[in-house]
Amino acid sequence: MNGYIVWFDGYSDHDRIRVGGKSASLGEMTAAGLPVPPGFAITTEAYHTLRNHPEIRSRVHSLLGSVDLLDADALEGVSAEIRRLIDAAEIPRDIVDQVTDAYAELCERCGVEDVPVAVRSSATAEDLPDASFAGEHDTYLWVRGADQVLAKMRRCWSSLFSARAISYRHEMGHDHDVISMSVAVQKMVVPRAAGVAFTLNPLDGDRSTVAIDASWGLGEAVVGGEVNPDNYLVDKVLFEIVKRKVSRKEMEIRVGDDDRVEQVAVDVERQTQPCLSDEEIRTVARLARRAERYYGVPQDVEWALDVHLPPGENVVLLQSRPETVWSRRPRVPISRPLGLEGIVATLLAPLDGRVGDRKEEGVGQTGSR
Amino acid sequence: MAQTRFPSPFDIPTPEGAEGWEELYTYSLPFSEDRREYEESMFWFQDGIHWGQALMPWDATFYEFAIASLSQYNTRHYIIPPALGVDYRVLNGYCYLSPVGVADPDEVTRRVPHFLERAGFYFGNWNDLYGKWMDKIRALIDRMEALSFDPLPEMEDIEVVTGGRGMGSGRDILARYHELVDLALVLWQHHFEFLNLGYAAYLDYFGFCKQAFPNIPDLAIARMVAGIEVDLFRPNEELKRLAKLAVELGVADKLMSGTVVEVVASLEASDEGRRWLAEWEEVKQPWFNFSAGGGFYHSDDIWIEKLEIPMGYLRGYIAKVQNGEDIERPIEEVRAERDRIVAEYTELLSTDEDREAFQQKLGLARVVFPYVENHNFYVEHWGHSVLWRKMRELGRVFVKEGFFTDENDIFYLRRDEVPEALWDMYSAWAVGTSPRGPKYWPREIERRRKILDVLSAWSPPKALGQPPEVVTEPFTIMLWGITSDSVNMWLGAGDGGEDEGSTLHGFAASPGVAEGPARVIFTADEIGTVQPGEILVAPITAPAWAPIFGTIAATVTDIGGMMSHAAIVCREYGLPAVTGTAFATRDIKTGQRIRVDGSSGTVTILG
Repeated sequence: MNGYIVWFDGYSDHDRIRVGGKSASLGEMTAAGLPVPPGFAITTEAYHTLRNHPEIRSRVHSLLGSVDLLDADALEGVSAEIRRLIDAAEIPRDIVDQVTDAYAELCERCGVEDVPVAVRSSATAEDLPDASFAGEHDTYLWVRGADQVLAKMRRCWSSLFSARAISYRHEMGHDHDVISMSVAVQKMVVPRAAGVAFTLNPLDGDRSTVAIDASWGLGEAVVGGEVNPDNYLVDKVLFEIVKRKVSRKEMEIRVGDDDRVEQVAVDVERQTQPCLSDEEIRTVARLARRAERYYGVPQDVEWALDVHLPPGENVVLLQSRPETVWSRRPRVPISRPLGLEGIVATLLAPLDGRVGDRKEEGVGQTGSR
Repeated sequence: MAQTRFPSPFDIPTPEGAEGWEELYTYSLPFSEDRREYEESMFWFQDGIHWGQALMPWDATFYEFAIASLSQYNTRHYIIPPALGVDYRVLNGYCYLSPVGVADPDEVTRRVPHFLERAGFYFGNWNDLYGKWMDKIRALIDRMEALSFDPLPEMEDIEVVTGGRGMGSGRDILARYHELVDLALVLWQHHFEFLNLGYAAYLDYFGFCKQAFPNIPDLAIARMVAGIEVDLFRPNEELKRLAKLAVELGVADKLMSGTVVEVVASLEASDEGRRWLAEWEEVKQPWFNFSAGGGFYHSDDIWIEKLEIPMGYLRGYIAKVQNGEDIERPIEEVRAERDRIVAEYTELLSTDEDREAFQQKLGLARVVFPYVENHNFYVEHWGHSVLWRKMRELGRVFVKEGFFTDENDIFYLRRDEVPEALWDMYSAWAVGTSPRGPKYWPREIERRRKILDVLSAWSPPKALGQPPEVVTEPFTIMLWGITSDSVNMWLGAGDGGEDEGSTLHGFAASPGVAEGPARVIFTADEIGTVQPGEILVAPITAPAWAPIFGTIAATVTDIGGMMSHAAIVCREYGLPAVTGTAFATRDIKTGQRIRVDGSSGTVTILG
C-alpha cells in the first residue's frame, strides 16, 4: 500500500472505510459519470500514524480519562489541550510528501498554481462508516498551497477532539480510540456560469426533458432567485435543445481576487449573451440525466461550469437531491383511446399548437424557489 | 400593425400583359363572380410545396387530378368525420388551396360509424392491400409505357385492311391520348388510396407522444417510425453503389470527365467498362425515373432524360470513394439508434397502460409509414416521369405536322384542347388537306408564352381571404405545415415584421447547428452553383437533391410541413435543416453568413 492518498476518480469500494463516507460518495459519483469537482482523500491511515504515536496516545488517554464531561469549561480546556498537542506534533515525512505531491498533481490537472481547495473532515469508524454529523468537524474553504493544505488537514484531525465532538461521542457511547478521521481535499469551483437542472419540466411534469436554469457566476444567484436566468429545455433522449430563452442577467455572484464571494453588475454586452454554449447545455443535461439514473428518481441538480477545468471536464455536479413536487404526484395514464377510436379522437380534436416545433418564447422559470 | 385578414382574391389585380390568363385553365379553376360570396368567406393558401411556380395549362392537369383525388378519399371513400376535401383554385397562374371542414357537429357524428367501418377495413388489411397497391401501380406504369404516339402514316398498313380492323390511326392517336389522361387520373386515385389514412394513423401516434411528452421534438417522433430502406432514396443509394463498383472495377477514371455519350463510348472499349455499363443500364429502370424537382412541372428535369444529372452526382461519389471516405449509410447504427430512442421513451412513460398504448400506436404508425415515404417515388417520380415523356412524344408528332416548333409546346395547351388539336390533325389527314393548326397554334402559343412570362415574374401572396381562428384540419397541418402560427406569421409579415431580416423561425426539421455562407437557389438548374460548406436556401428541396446533402452544411426552406418530402429527406440524411420559414429566399441573399439551428428551428442572418 502506498497508503495515504485515494483520488476520487481512483476510488474503489474497498477504500470505503479508509476514506470515510463523504469521500466514498464523491468517489462513487465520479465512477458513475457524475463529475464532482476533482480531488482526493487523505486516508485514515495518515491520521492513525499520528494518533498512534505513543506520546500522543497516552496524553490523550489520560486527558480524556480525567475530565468531567458535564463540566463545560473543563471540557473546553481538555479539548484545547488535545488539539494543541495534535497541531504541534510532527507529521511523518511520507505523509507530508504524499499530500504535497497529490496537491501538486491537482494543481497541474486544473492548470492553476496553488489551486484553491476545500479541506473537509470525514470522521469514520470500522462499524460506523459515517461517524460524524453535520457541522461537527472542521471544514476549510479557499485553501491555497501545500503548506496550508497540510495545516488544515491537521486542524481537521484535531477537530475530532473539539468539545462538541467529544461530548457527542460520549453521549452516543462511541469509543474515542476507534473513531478515525479522513480528510477530503477537493477543488473549489470557480464558476464562469452555474445553475440548477431538473430532470423533468417543472411546468408540466414532462419527464422526457431536462430543464436548466443558468446564469453567470455562482449558482447562488439562480437558486436565490436574484437573477433572471437563461432557461433551456433539453430532450433527454436525443439531447436536442427543444426550447431556449436567454434572459437579461444584470448581476452575478462571483469569486473575487481575494477569494471572497462578491456580488457585481454584469457588463451590458454580456447581460444578454447566453451563458452556456449549446454543447455545454447538452453536457449539463447529460449530467442531470446520469444523476437521475444513478439515484433512480427525478433529480434537482446544482451544477457549475468551472473556469479552471479543461473543456469537456468543466461541467461539475455540486449537489443532487430528489425532485419533490412532481415526483410526489401519482403517475396517471394518459387517457387516450386505442385503435380506431383513438384515430377518430385525434381527427376530431383540434391539433393546432401541438404539431410542429416552432421554438420561441414560453419556457418557464425553474430557478426561483 | 399586423393585418387581420388576407387580401380578397377579387382585389388581386391581373399583372399587366397577363390579361386573359383565365382561359389557360379549366373554367372552374379561376376565382369567379359566380361563386364570389363563398370564395371570399374561405381561407386560401398558396401551395408552394407542390406548385410554387406559375402553372402551364397542361401541367394544371396533375394539380386538378391530385387535389380532387385527395378530396374524394376524405369525402366519399373513408368519410373522414370532420374533414371534407380541399378546394382549389388558380389565381394569376398560382395554386391556392382551401381545406373544407364538416361544419355541422351532428353530421360529423353521423360520419363516424362509416369511417370506423371503412378505415377499419384498410387498417386491418393494410399490408395485404399495400401489396396489391404495388402490383396495381406497376401494372399501371406498364400500361403508360406501352402507349406510343407516332405520326399518322401516309397510308394505313395493309394488315389494317386484310385484318378487317375497320378503324384507323387517327382514331388510335386520339384514343391513346384519352387513355393517357385516364391513366394519369388512375395514378392520382391510387396515390391517395392509403395516404390520408396513413397520415391519420401517424397523427394519432404523434398526438399521443405530444401528450405524454409535451416537449418531445417532432424529430424524435419521426425517427421512431422512419424507414431504414426506403424506395424514395433508392436512386441515390444506387448511385453510391455504382460509384463503388466503378472504383472496384478500375474504370472510375473513365467516368470522371466528358459527356455521358463520351463516357459510354470509352467504357465500351473494355470488359470491365462493359460490366459497369450493364449495371448502369440496369439501374436506370426504374430508379432514374427521378425528377430533379418535385415532379409536378413538365419542365422539371428527369434523370433518365438528362443523364448528365445523375452522372454529376456519381462523379461526386466516386471522388469521395477515391478519397477513402465512407459513403455507406450506417444501417446497423441507424437501427440501433432507433431502438434506443424507442426504449428510452418507453421507459419514461408513466404507466404500463401508457406503454401498451404507445406500442400499439407506434406499431400502426410503422405499418403505415412505408407507404407515406414510398408512394412519392412511384407516383410523382416514376409515374409522372413516364407521363411527361409520353406527352413529349405526342408533342413531337405535332412538331412534325408543323403545329408546334418544340415538343414542349404541347404543355401550352389545356388537356381538353389537345383532343381538339388532334382532331384538326386527324381530320385534315383524313380529308387529305391542310390542318388549321400550323397557322393557329404557333400564334396562340406565342401569346400564351408572353402571358406566362408575366405570371412567372409575379409574386403570389402567401394567402388570401379570411384567416381561420385556428387551423385544425389534420392534413393541412401534416402535409402543408399550415398552422395558426404560420398564418399569423404571414399576417404579420405583410408590413415587414419587427425583426425582419435578422431572424427567421421555422420547423426544427433536422437537428444540428451550422454556420456558413448562404446559397439561395430557386430551381434545380441552379444546384450546380452550390459550393461545399455552403448553406442551401431554397423555396423547397426535392428528394433528388440528396446527393449534394453530403457537401452542404445545412438547408433552409421557405415551405414544408413535418411530412413534406423535404422534411423527410432532411431527416433521412441527417442534415441540419429548418423548414417552413416562409421568407428565407426573400430575406437571405447569396453570400451572407447565416447560422442555422436545426434543433430550435431558427435561422439567424449574421451579415
